Amino acid sequence: MKRLSDLDYLKLNKWQAFWYKVALFFCAIPLFFKNIGLGIVNFFKKCGIGIRDEFVDIGTTFTKGNWAVKLSFLIFGFGNFYYGQILRGILFLLFEVVFIGYMIVPSGGLYWLAKGNWFKIGSTVGTVQGGLVENKINYNGIEIVTSDWVAGDDSVKVMLYGLLTIVFICAFIYTWRVQVKQCRICMDITAKGKKIKSGKDDMKSLLDDQFHKTLLALPITGILAFTVLPIIYMVLVAFTSYDAAHDGYSNLFSWVGFDNFNELFNFNKGGLGLTFGEILSWTLMWAFFATFTNYFLGMFVAIMINKKGIKIKKFWRTILVMTIAIPQFVSLLYVSKLFTTSGLIGRVLEQIPFIHDWRVAHNFVSLWDSPTVAKILLIVINIWIGIPYIMLMATGILMNIPQDLYESARIDGASSTQQFTKITLPYMLFVTGPYLLTSFVGNLNNFNVIYLLSEGNPIKGTAGGASVGHTDLLITWLFKMTLGSTESKYYYASIIGILVFLVVAILSLIIYNVIPSTRNEEDYK
Amino acid sequence: MKKQNDNKIRKTGLGARASRRISNGIIYAILIIMTIVWLFPFVGILLESFKTETNMQTPYLFPKEFGFDHYIRLFKETDFFKWFINTGIMGVATAVLQTFFILSMSYVLSRLRFKGRKGLMNFMLILGMFPGFLTMILIYKVFADAGLTANMAPLGLIIVYCASSGMGYYVSKGFFDTIPKSLDEAARVDGATRFQVFYKVIMPLSKPIVIYTILMGFMAPWGDFILASYLIHENSAGMNVAVGMYEWLSRTNLNTYYTMFCAAGVIVAIPVVTVFLLLQKYYVEGVTGGAVKG
Repeated sequence: MKRLSDLDYLKLNKWQAFWYKVALFFCAIPLFFKNIGLGIVNFFKKCGIGIRDEFVDIGTTFTKGNWAVKLSFLIFGFGNFYYGQILRGILFLLFEVVFIGYMIVPSGGLYWLAKGNWFKIGSTVGTVQGGLVENKINYNGIEIVTSDWVAGDDSVKVMLYGLLTIVFICAFIYTWRVQVKQCRICMDITAKGKKIKSGKDDMKSLLDDQFHKTLLALPITGILAFTVLPIIYMVLVAFTSYDAAHDGYSNLFSWVGFDNFNELFNFNKGGLGLTFGEILSWTLMWAFFATFTNYFLGMFVAIMINKKGIKIKKFWRTILVMTIAIPQFVSLLYVSKLFTTSGLIGRVLEQIPFIHDWRVAHNFVSLWDSPTVAKILLIVINIWIGIPYIMLMATGILMNIPQDLYESARIDGASSTQQFTKITLPYMLFVTGPYLLTSFVGNLNNFNVIYLLSEGNPIKGTAGGASVGHTDLLITWLFKMTLGSTESKYYYASIIGILVFLVVAILSLIIYNVIPSTRNEEDYK
Repeated sequence: MKKQNDNKIRKTGLGARASRRISNGIIYAILIIMTIVWLFPFVGILLESFKTETNMQTPYLFPKEFGFDHYIRLFKETDFFKWFINTGIMGVATAVLQTFFILSMSYVLSRLRFKGRKGLMNFMLILGMFPGFLTMILIYKVFADAGLTANMAPLGLIIVYCASSGMGYYVSKGFFDTIPKSLDEAARVDGATRFQVFYKVIMPLSKPIVIYTILMGFMAPWGDFILASYLIHENSAGMNVAVGMYEWLSRTNLNTYYTMFCAAGVIVAIPVVTVFLLLQKYYVEGVTGGAVKG
């Protein structure tokens, strides 16, 4: 589409300008995807070049290196020893010894890797199925038959250890590369006749030039062990038949490829596709309403309290802030009971004939039994929870808006509505753009509010090994799937996790490209 | 009233003042209604907990007779005290460990420049898009083998809360970003190592964010339901307050435990609200700062 020049644009009337903007937005979508595509291509190009450079570097290190460097291609840290970096040498060598030891001992790395049957569709994870074995015991001449459980493989463990081994192998290759690189650096430094860092220097630099490594060591280890590894594991689970019936211990589970995905996206009768679609659309709807009602109402409250002439501002704020301090589950559970028929508010509503008749006509025990009313209640109660946060945030931002902007607007004769739409709102949107995104994502996964208020009820049916309600979000559905009942289907849970990730990632990508305030990190400084 | 006709300017002045008074009146009315709506559940819980009736079917808000029956029953008949202690321990431990994790992460990402910094940040951003609960399926299996579930769940939960907490660095990074870079540079010129810059220059300036992070860490275990319920799995001795009290309001228990739930709610709210109100200033700084910096 042809872009109009500024002058032409200003000539358009309101409607034309509006449609022009809409058209521009839609025309930008293909461009957006093109840019993503180009980005991906560029990424792979970069990777390719990077890998090529690495190999070239390794090659030159080998050809140019002396015997010690050449030997260190096999024995870790040999080059470091040769150049006098004893500490590094010892660490590298230790790593290699531990790695090789771990791989070759019986029931070590190779053993677990072999048991996993990695990605062989149809074959089990683990090779020995445990089972009951009958034993005949002769007890004082009477023959007794006992059955004992003979443990086989545990698929969960086989997969976990296999995965750990793969991670270990990657670490091994990386370490090999690092120590080869260090040999090259040492070669270059000695060639120039400079002094090589000793072990003591290394230790010192951990508090100085390499301080980030010291500080990051623990947090990153934690993230790798408790987030990255489990996520990779769960992604793998999506391709297996891991559920309550095949829990790995009493029954091995197996690799099934994309079968689970096909089942989840099966939109025929009896397939999960429809349920999934319904839950997804309610999740998106919920996130949208929950985010924007809170945002605008919270901002409105902040503006009201901030208005000139309103007294005891601190009092109003403290009351709202206090509600943040009280643990959510207490207030949420209490409020949810308030709206039941025997709860305080429910009772009052019961007195209204219209509501009472409606409830009886539909056979609802309480207001929570009606899907529509439950959804509305959820959004309303969520406003009650969310406003204090937004109010606090908005107050801080409102105070940062330069007052002379308003003053000059007032002199120019702008009404207070105009001041709001032309100054306050754009400023707020600009500053809180990233926050809106995070809060939208937070609401997509807002487990607490939904589960503590309605538990996802009223129940609609069962799907994916869990009961599904009208107000279930993807995350509460996921939770119910994994609760450890006899119906639990972990593979669906993991697919849903992946899908939540995709939804969030796509939304973030689009929004990050649209809002201006996220572009440059250094701008804030 | 008499001068109204002959002085036009005065009139508009009066009119503006009157309309401002009206609009302020409306705002006051809204604020008062809001105060009532926002405080209603809390006052409700408080009043409910002092009732002497045991069941939920009391159609009035104010107790007919004030009594501490439910509080006494709470400690005599239920495991509530145990849950309370569990959660308190988790709160303190999480506050300490999580603060360490988050502050190191955010300090490094904000003030040090090194290779792979941007990549690390992007990586964590993407990682954060997975629902965190997903990791629990594997963690539960591993912890069950290690004996960190059921009765030992509090210990397991502390590990879960803290281990990945480095990913929540955004708010404190925003704070560190606002400290002028020239401070670091001046100290570096004077020969300070990066470690010395960290604990002699930046840390003393960072009191608000340290307190904010401690506060958040302390409050997290009090409200956590999803992770806790998964690890605890109906073992009363290892429960935190949220999981324990949740059971009380299930359909079968509702009538027996409803008022006790309210009493327990009051007790739970006391430490958290006290800590929170004491440190409110820092909380407000954190929320406002964090939102602006993204």
